[in-house]
Amino acid sequence: MSAQPIIEVRDLDVYYGTSQILFGIGLSVRRGETMALLGRNGAGKSTTMKAIMGLAPPRRGTVMLRGEAITGLAPHRIARAGLGFVPEDRQIFPEHTVEDNLVIGHKKGPDGQDEWSIDRIYEIFPLLDPLRHRIAGRLSGGEQQMLAIARTLMGNPALLLLDEPSEGLAPIIVQRIGELLRQLRSIGATVLIAEQNMHFCMGLASHATVIDKGQTVYTGTIDELKSNDDVRNRYLAL
Amino acid sequence: MTELQAAPRGKPLNLPRLETRARYRDALTAIVAFVVLASLPLFFDSKALLDFVIRCSAFGLFATSLNLLVGYTGMISFGHGMFFGLGAYSFGLIMQKTGVPIPVAFIATLVLSAVAAAVIGAICVRLKEIYFAFVTLAFQMLIHSTILSWVSLTGGDQGLRGGIPRPVFLGIDLGNQVHLYVASCALLVIGLLLMRQIAQSPFGYTLRMIRDNAARASFVGIDVWRAKLTIFVLAALFASTGGVIMSLFVSGAYPEFAYWTISGEGIFINMLGGVTTFLGPMLGTVLFLILNDTVTRFTEYHGIVLGIVILFFAIGLRKGLMDFAIEWYAARRGRGEQA
Repeated sequence: MSAQPIIEVRDLDVYYGTSQILFGIGLSVRRGETMALLGRNGAGKSTTMKAIMGLAPPRRGTVMLRGEAITGLAPHRIARAGLGFVPEDRQIFPEHTVEDNLVIGHKKGPDGQDEWSIDRIYEIFPLLDPLRHRIAGRLSGGEQQMLAIARTLMGNPALLLLDEPSEGLAPIIVQRIGELLRQLRSIGATVLIAEQNMHFCMGLASHATVIDKGQTVYTGTIDELKSNDDVRNRYLAL
Repeated sequence: MTELQAAPRGKPLNLPRLETRARYRDALTAIVAFVVLASLPLFFDSKALLDFVIRCSAFGLFATSLNLLVGYTGMISFGHGMFFGLGAYSFGLIMQKTGVPIPVAFIATLVLSAVAAAVIGAICVRLKEIYFAFVTLAFQMLIHSTILSWVSLTGGDQGLRGGIPRPVFLGIDLGNQVHLYVASCALLVIGLLLMRQIAQSPFGYTLRMIRDNAARASFVGIDVWRAKLTIFVLAALFASTGGVIMSLFVSGAYPEFAYWTISGEGIFINMLGGVTTFLGPMLGTVLFLILNDTVTRFTEYHGIVLGIVILFFAIGLRKGLMDFAIEWYAARRGRGEQA
């Protein structure tokens, strides 16, 4: 594993209007890691994701992508710098076909990588293959989630940001998404997943950052978190 | 072009080819439309008809270019008329002061309009919705009051008087009504064809993507600001061309060409014709000019009549006439297939 993190977030403060949501959030993800960003509903997970992506510009703190500050840049610059964002509400293009969605998402990575072709997507996402000419808005929630992830991969991101990928999906579908993410991890993708569902992340993530009330309260490997009953009970139990 | 559109160069990415056939069809339609329009003087000996079509060309280019902003990109500009006025004044002044050939003055006018639109757009397109509308309106008023107060250059509220010289160029004499008519039709058809190409290009689809959800477009990697500025400048060029036609038609330029009511008429035309189809604003232009001409002949309170008409479209139909016709046709065909 390389020493320099793919992404490093330091002392992030984010406000919505006058109310402060994040209080000095910090986290870092190294190449090939799958980091789970855990916390209860309202802890600030989605806001952290949006702040990293430039959609909720931070008032203080820095976001470094592969050693370069991207804090305060416009979202499209951050996207082109190599962050691929899969938002909570997926935001596929509902009136276009599955394949059109993939084509729209295609761009080269920050170093000119062009590793993802439509055919490779269908290899990794075999469920999307038979749906390629279907209108994306008529897919099921799980299919749309897969499409949103696939579309983002088409942009050859250095880091994939997933906001609550299991939200609102049936358990069997959640399992499928989990398998898919394990497969992405096995091919070396670097991923940051915001999740409320700790069990979903257990067999999937290598590391975890726990946040509560807008602050980082735990950072470590997922195995350490498993054995740390104190943190789990205090910040993650319902 | 954004990098997104340029990206698939490296590796063949089975992009669905923007149907070349549809492009040929558009070009063919344009040629047929031009031939039909240009041959009208052979069959009808009516000066009023030719005048009407010339005015349709001026307003049609203006209204269709406004639809590139309103309908395709979701930018409601209340100041688009400033480029119509700017086109008319720039062209008139260049012709009066320099006496260069007409095409040179036309191109110089386009350059001036592009520069003005780039500066004004750079300030405006960052703003959203009502703020964008108001700031464009403010720039319109700025240009209008500059025209009014800079009497030595523009003639103030009297307008550019003394006529615009129209020297013969390559045998085309725009002082001759038929020549001016054919030239206006050519500008209209070429302008519409170019705007159609823009609307159907990948860039045109990028604009629709921004209209539907600008945040989504930005995290997919699109430079929203640059795309909006590009279409703002392009639309200004076509509006300015409309102004050039108008100034040739009246052989002058008047402050009303740059007043906010011109922008209002542009919005009005778009509401009449509808913004969901490319030719909606063109139909709106024809309707608007017919309405305007007939109503003003009968009553001086034509504002009331136009107001009632727009209320009918806004509250009654809730769409433009072209939208309505197309939906009606689609519904009828749908029923036919089911039967």
